[in-house]
Amino acid sequence: MNKIKIRICVGTSCFVMGSAQIQSLEFNAPADIADHIEIVEERCMGLCREIAVKHNHGPFVFVDDELIESATYEKVVAKIREKLKKIS
Amino acid sequence: MLIPKNNANLMRTKILVRLASSYLENKFAEADRIPLELRPKDGEVSRCCVYKDRAVLKYRCMAGLGHCPDEETDELTTLKEYGQKALERRAAPKNKLSVIDIACSACIKSQYVITNVCRGCFAQPCRLNCPKEAISIVNGQAHIDPSKCVNCGKCYEVCPYHSVVKIPVPCEEACPVGAISKDEFGKEHIDAEKCISCGRCLASCPFGAVVERSQMIDVMREIKETDKKVVAMLAPAVAGQFSSSLEHLAGALKAFGFADVVEVAVGADITTQKEAAEFVERMEAGKPFMTTSCCPAYYRAAQIHIPEIRPFVSDTKTPMYYTAELLKQEHPDCVAVFIGPCLAKRAEAEYDPHVDYVLTFEELGAMLVAAGINVDDCPEVSFAQVSHAQGRQFPISGGVAGAVASLVGSKVDIRPEKIDGLTKDNIKLLKRYALKGGENNMLEVMCCEGGCVSGPGCIALSKKAARAVEAYAQSGDSLTVDKKAE
Ligand code: FES
Repeated sequence: MNKIKIRICVGTSCFVMGSAQIQSLEFNAPADIADHIEIVEERCMGLCREIAVKHNHGPFVFVDDELIESATYEKVVAKIREKLKKIS
Repeated sequence: MLIPKNNANLMRTKILVRLASSYLENKFAEADRIPLELRPKDGEVSRCCVYKDRAVLKYRCMAGLGHCPDEETDELTTLKEYGQKALERRAAPKNKLSVIDIACSACIKSQYVITNVCRGCFAQPCRLNCPKEAISIVNGQAHIDPSKCVNCGKCYEVCPYHSVVKIPVPCEEACPVGAISKDEFGKEHIDAEKCISCGRCLASCPFGAVVERSQMIDVMREIKETDKKVVAMLAPAVAGQFSSSLEHLAGALKAFGFADVVEVAVGADITTQKEAAEFVERMEAGKPFMTTSCCPAYYRAAQIHIPEIRPFVSDTKTPMYYTAELLKQEHPDCVAVFIGPCLAKRAEAEYDPHVDYVLTFEELGAMLVAAGINVDDCPEVSFAQVSHAQGRQFPISGGVAGAVASLVGSKVDIRPEKIDGLTKDNIKLLKRYALKGGENNMLEVMCCEGGCVSGPGCIALSKKAARAVEAYAQSGDSLTVDKKAE
């Protein structure tokens, strides 16, 4: 089975706004997903600038090709589980 | 402690970003919208209602502007007015941690509770072992009389069914020096006389009720509204905080408006050399042991809570001190801003003649985000003075002692030990050392577990940051024993 690719933006905006903490997936991801994910650090993907509103919706994380806005650890884990369910 | 990043902490970062942009955009003209934007009417609610959330947010914004929530004299004072007041300040606001009264949930005091798991057994060890006769059997189950209970935990230890649970008060549990306690209404208050500014309560409160005065606005004002030369001093823990190289980060600081950027690791090199020399001197004079002095929370704890240890604390000054001293020798008129992971540094800076302001990495991050600066995109700027491996390893537990040990040479025997985290137990250990000595003769004391990379002002995960610090230390040249003798 292919691993699910988690791309965490570590550009300044995303990193400060909380992606730094989502990186704890690298250390203690829940047992049911730990073996099924591959984590990649992404430099600023430009998403923090592409907005009409004043404050962007970062941090941004991609779970495979699905974008998660205002990403948190919980949101990312939930999305991974959802994907795993679909595959199996 | 809580998981590193939780909703309360994330919200603090958001508040700082909003405040910084509110200043940069129009000097707080619309600052009163911040609580509304962060808690819109149709959005989620974390307390009883959106209005209480907003009221708490207003107090948290006040702290971000450098005001204590208890400074409030008129509830109608707007954030715009608080912002303008902040801009009228001409010196850093005094360091102070305080509790937002309405945000404190007044966690229940009684710390031990008997749950339904209790089987009302025949042996009744809880009742028989309770030194205060606080336990009785009611309806076939044990029950604690809170008016008699002294929270000794005996019942908790002896129940064969684990039916007794301990319900801690997170801030009180986290505070190593008993500086935070309840008033008659159950709300927490911080005793400024006892507080060592370590920030543990702030990091541990699940309601985000503990705040401290930020100096972020003051620094931005110095940069944007005066023509003074504002210089950033980056604490050694910075490696890994922005997931970019330090050269790029220095470039980003210049892009924001800092005139220059220096590394505090350079001062840490000096601390290492002086502390090693001091250690040799003390050992030759027959002293049993010495402790480090660079952690300001420990230093203050030693002054007011562990007087026994005072004679054994090194007299060497901190990396911040030496760095600022060098800086002011060269540019006496500059504004020196220390940027680090630490809240206690704000207290230390009040006694340091050369340091003007202290920021956390989080505050710096908020400033960069508000200004739309992406660190990677900034041109690299190299440091005029290069730090060594020793100074660079200060922010990880064991780093300071290791650095000092590497320069002690063969004249005396050094047996270093790290006191990793200023917990209640470790304070007892230090007291024991002061009275009876111990196996080791060099104690490195760090208030934050893991070292400064776990400080309350950090952005990155401490594990990742520690790796980055190690890599950065390894890439540096080493000071040698000979160089010290020069
Ligand atoms: S920092 Fe993540 S998209 Fe720009």
